Amino acid sequence: MNKNDQAQPAISLRGVSKRYGDLQALSDVSFDIKKGEFFGLLGPNGAGKSTLISALAGLLKLNHGSISILGADVEKDYRQARLNLGVVPQEIVMDPFFTVRETLQFQSGYFGLRNNDVWIDELLEQLGLSDKADANMRKLSGGMKRRVLIAQALVHKPQVLVLDEPTAGVDVELRQSMWRFVRRLHREGHTIVLTTHYLEEAEELCDRIAIINKGQLLALETKEDLLARGLGSKLLVKAKNTIKLIPDEYRERIARHEGNEIELTIHRDSDSVMDILDNLRAASIDIDYVSVLSDSLEDVFVRMTGNTEVSQIESNEVQA
Amino acid sequence: MNWTATFTLLSKEVTRWRKVWMQTVLAPVVTALLYLLVFGHVLEGRVEVFPGVSYTAFLIPGLLMMTVIQNAFANTSSSLIQSKVMGSIVFILLPPFSAFEMFLAYIGAAILRGLAVGVGVFLLAIFYVQVPVENFFVIMAFAILGSYVMGALGLIAGMWAEKFDQIAAFQSFLIVPLTFLSGVFYSIKSLPPIWYQLSKANPFFYMIDGFRYGFFGQSDQPVLLSLGVMLVATAVLTIICVNMLKSGYKLRDA
Repeated sequence: MNKNDQAQPAISLRGVSKRYGDLQALSDVSFDIKKGEFFGLLGPNGAGKSTLISALAGLLKLNHGSISILGADVEKDYRQARLNLGVVPQEIVMDPFFTVRETLQFQSGYFGLRNNDVWIDELLEQLGLSDKADANMRKLSGGMKRRVLIAQALVHKPQVLVLDEPTAGVDVELRQSMWRFVRRLHREGHTIVLTTHYLEEAEELCDRIAIINKGQLLALETKEDLLARGLGSKLLVKAKNTIKLIPDEYRERIARHEGNEIELTIHRDSDSVMDILDNLRAASIDIDYVSVLSDSLEDVFVRMTGNTEVSQIESNEVQA
Repeated sequence: MNWTATFTLLSKEVTRWRKVWMQTVLAPVVTALLYLLVFGHVLEGRVEVFPGVSYTAFLIPGLLMMTVIQNAFANTSSSLIQSKVMGSIVFILLPPFSAFEMFLAYIGAAILRGLAVGVGVFLLAIFYVQVPVENFFVIMAFAILGSYVMGALGLIAGMWAEKFDQIAAFQSFLIVPLTFLSGVFYSIKSLPPIWYQLSKANPFFYMIDGFRYGFFGQSDQPVLLSLGVMLVATAVLTIICVNMLKSGYKLRDA
């Protein structure tokens, strides 16, 4: 691979805008995803994530802007762009007439590949589908159908793989095996773009993360930079006795107050933990234990998008 | 032109109707034979449409062509609406198909289903009554062009429709009336002048009339005129379908 090849982004978006009637689904979005990145695309429901993925896949026409996949424009050079890209759709969709193997053989042929059975067998094995190869798609469980969707996206060996909410409604075991497989693809040099509702997944897997809301790009940073955006952390203070009186200057910063524990929101750059502790002691709080809790990606996400429903959505989905 | 991709989509579409052959092949064959038995029994000996041709024999090419074209329409329209409603259309939209490749594959499958049903009706019908074959090539040309035209109409209906009942409406209010009023059961020469002129404006009439010529060597209109109408319809519908597919009408951006 020469220097130019390495410099070429896996995905490049320039001034991408899409409008549906009165709704501005995407508004002048521009960014690059580097080759070999594990990239997270986050945003609340209706933020524009799926519109963006549909635009990458050529499933919609943009009002303005351009998108290229490994240098191939998704409209002008759509054949090469689509060969470069594999997309795992969010919805579990299938053609009920066919078996798993037929589904993969047809999908392979659509990309111009005949005699692709060696790779199809490998995909079936890697995704735990070998014993279901001759089963009709209708007979598979939801998790199995999702694995087939992943196999379909990979059947033409694309360099860039987009996973749109791939673990929604998937049990823990399947989720782990799916991530093992995707990590392997990433190690082998594939560029992975992930959208997920499970923010801990994005935090664990992604190198860089973009947050979009209302069709606009709010942030595009490495995970570490995003977490250390200066928006702060929490100071957990445990006292030997019940905390009754809190100094007025900290009242608005109380994130939690239960018995002898209190959590205060602090700003990483402008607050001094030592000063706060001194002031608490001066208010007759007998400090027993202190801990600084860093912001999670979820905290940052909620703060940036104002989406307080995320935690609720996640916990509901996990229980489901 | 990516022939592997085109052939694969054609093969997938053919496999789709082959897997449900009782619904897609056997049922229309049985329906056509029931028409033949009932109309043949009631009208045989009472009506002579072409000199020296029994009514039942006259009926066979009409019924055969009606079955061929209705099934060609059903193949493309049902395949598209099903995959749109179920979301599996994404598997066709993500690969690098050109509009023409998609068009050829869908039309090819419609023609093959039309011919399969047609052969089924013919093989069973000839046990009932002898039908001459005047010109095999004319028969095949009209069967293929008729399936092509109706497959293309089905493609347009499938792209336009968003629900199954819209396809049913297209079929019930457009395809079936135009087919029944195209001279399947009678010669349009037997109609009053106004209906005769209206029938000549029905493009489906030329499919049936030209096809019937292939069997009897006689028809209501010159066979070359029917062939010309079919070729013009083929060209116009090809242009419309390919442009609709290229623009992604109700497929992309849906």
